[in-house]
Amino acid sequence: MLYFARLREAFGRERERVELPGEIRDVAGLTAWLRGRGDPWARELASGKPVRIAVNQDMAGGATPLADGDEVAFFPPVTGG
Amino acid sequence: MGVRVQTVDFDPGVEMAAMRLGNPKIGAIASFVGIVRELNEGSHVAELTLEHYPGMTEKALEKIVADARARWDIYDALVVHRVGTLKPTDQIVLVVVASAHRGEAFQACEFLMDYLKTRAPFWKKEKTPDGTRWVDACTADDAAAERWS
Repeated sequence: MLYFARLREAFGRERERVELPGEIRDVAGLTAWLRGRGDPWARELASGKPVRIAVNQDMAGGATPLADGDEVAFFPPVTGG
Repeated sequence: MGVRVQTVDFDPGVEMAAMRLGNPKIGAIASFVGIVRELNEGSHVAELTLEHYPGMTEKALEKIVADARARWDIYDALVVHRVGTLKPTDQIVLVVVASAHRGEAFQACEFLMDYLKTRAPFWKKEKTPDGTRWVDACTADDAAAERWS
C-alpha cells in the first residue's frame, strides 16, 4: 500500500504492507476495511471524498479485484503540469 | 519519443534541436513550457514542491504520448516534468511535438498538456505566507481534458 500527497501526511506514512481478511477481494472492500481503522482513515476515505486509487500502477475502481502482492496506491486528484 | 521525470532544469532549445536534427521529414515543432507563478488563488507563492508516484508517473506519461500518436500523424513527442522544490519563474514542464505540418503539432501539444494535468500522478504543494497548502484539482482542467474525448 502506498499513500501520496495529502493522504500520506494525514495517515503519517508513505507505505505499509497489510494482511487482509480473506473475504476482501476488491478495492471497495479494502477501502471499507481501512475506514474501519477509525480516523484519520474513516475521515479521509469517507464516501464523497475525492480519493483516487491505483492497483499495480493503473487507475482502479471499487470493483477492481485484488490479489496477493498487489501494489495499491491511494492519492488525491492529480495537480501536475 | 520519450518521457522524463527529473529534478534538474531543462533547456527547450536543446530538446527541440535534438528532435529536429533527428528527422529531416519534420516540418513543424510545437512546444509548451509550464512555469511556476508567483501568485495563485490570491496568495503569494514562495515555493512549489512537486511530489510524484515513481513508476506510475512514467507509465501514465508514456500512455498519454501513445494516445497522442494514435490520434495525430506526428513524428515525435517529448514530455519532461520536474519534481522537487521549485520557485516562481522556474520551469515545471516541457512538451514538444514534431510533425510534417503545424496543425497536428499544435493540437497534439495541447492534448498532451490537458491529459497530463488530469491523468499523470503529480501533486503540487505551495508555500505561502499563511503556511503550506496542497493545490486542489481544478474543474477547468477536467473540462479541458474532456473536450478531447
